[in-house]
Amino acid sequence: MRQYWWKILSFILLLYTFIAGFLIKVPTIGNLYETIRNLFFHVPMWFGQLILVSVSLVYSILYLRKPQHNYDLYATEFARTATVMGCLGLLTGMIWANYTWGAPWNNDPKQLGAAIALLIYLAYFVLRNSMTDIDKKARVAAVYNIFAYFIYVPMIMVLPRLVESLHPGGKGVEGNPGFGGNDLDPTMRMVFWPAVAGWTLLGVWISTLRLRVRFLEEQKHLH
Amino acid sequence: MKHLTLTLFSLLLMFWASAQGTAAQGAEQATGLRADGKIYVVVAVAVTILLGLFLYVYRLDRKISKLEKASR
Repeated sequence: MRQYWWKILSFILLLYTFIAGFLIKVPTIGNLYETIRNLFFHVPMWFGQLILVSVSLVYSILYLRKPQHNYDLYATEFARTATVMGCLGLLTGMIWANYTWGAPWNNDPKQLGAAIALLIYLAYFVLRNSMTDIDKKARVAAVYNIFAYFIYVPMIMVLPRLVESLHPGGKGVEGNPGFGGNDLDPTMRMVFWPAVAGWTLLGVWISTLRLRVRFLEEQKHLH
Repeated sequence: MKHLTLTLFSLLLMFWASAQGTAAQGAEQATGLRADGKIYVVVAVAVTILLGLFLYVYRLDRKISKLEKASR
């Protein structure tokens, strides 16, 4: 029996996010004003993306340990949904930046890192599609996926913290004070984490839908 | 699942009814969907989009389940 409770949970969490996210009182920080509410929508895209690429990484490692075709499919589809979420994260970030930092693209280290990381993941799909041999494709893609993950994490999480960044958490933050860590309002936490869980579950749901289509396709080819 | 859809639909009706109620009272009454700089309108729009998105994904899920049953 297929479990479906987590799909309903995902819906409830996001419904809560969409209602509470607009209605709770938020602190006024710098020039953010009401746009601080983007924390409930833009940031969970990246948290969800990070979780999905981590799942993809685990399946790539599993594939290299024990070459099962299913592992390869799991790694691909989770990376695919993660890439879509990453694109949405980048776009929503650009909208937000336009109205708080003055321009959609500020060459902020985190923006650059995220863009490069997304390109690396796009290359993963290009690499996959460039090979016809199923086993070779799966093996090379798994190795590349592990490489991609370990360049992705420093790109968006380590490098932006080592240099000056407009994003919270960077060195010598100007214009936009950080609201990460201790500065995050407790009421905002109560919306932020459910939002992360909700978006992640929705991402998993969409990934499993794609996976089921892939399995159906494979079954069709076998018969 | 049918029950859930029904519940959501009735909720939507309730929202609509309260919106109508406020309109009848006149614009100066800042209640319901017109309170706090009309932020509730934005909530209604965002929630509608969310509902549509989930309905779509749910239908997709059902369709794939049917295909899986057929191929078994």
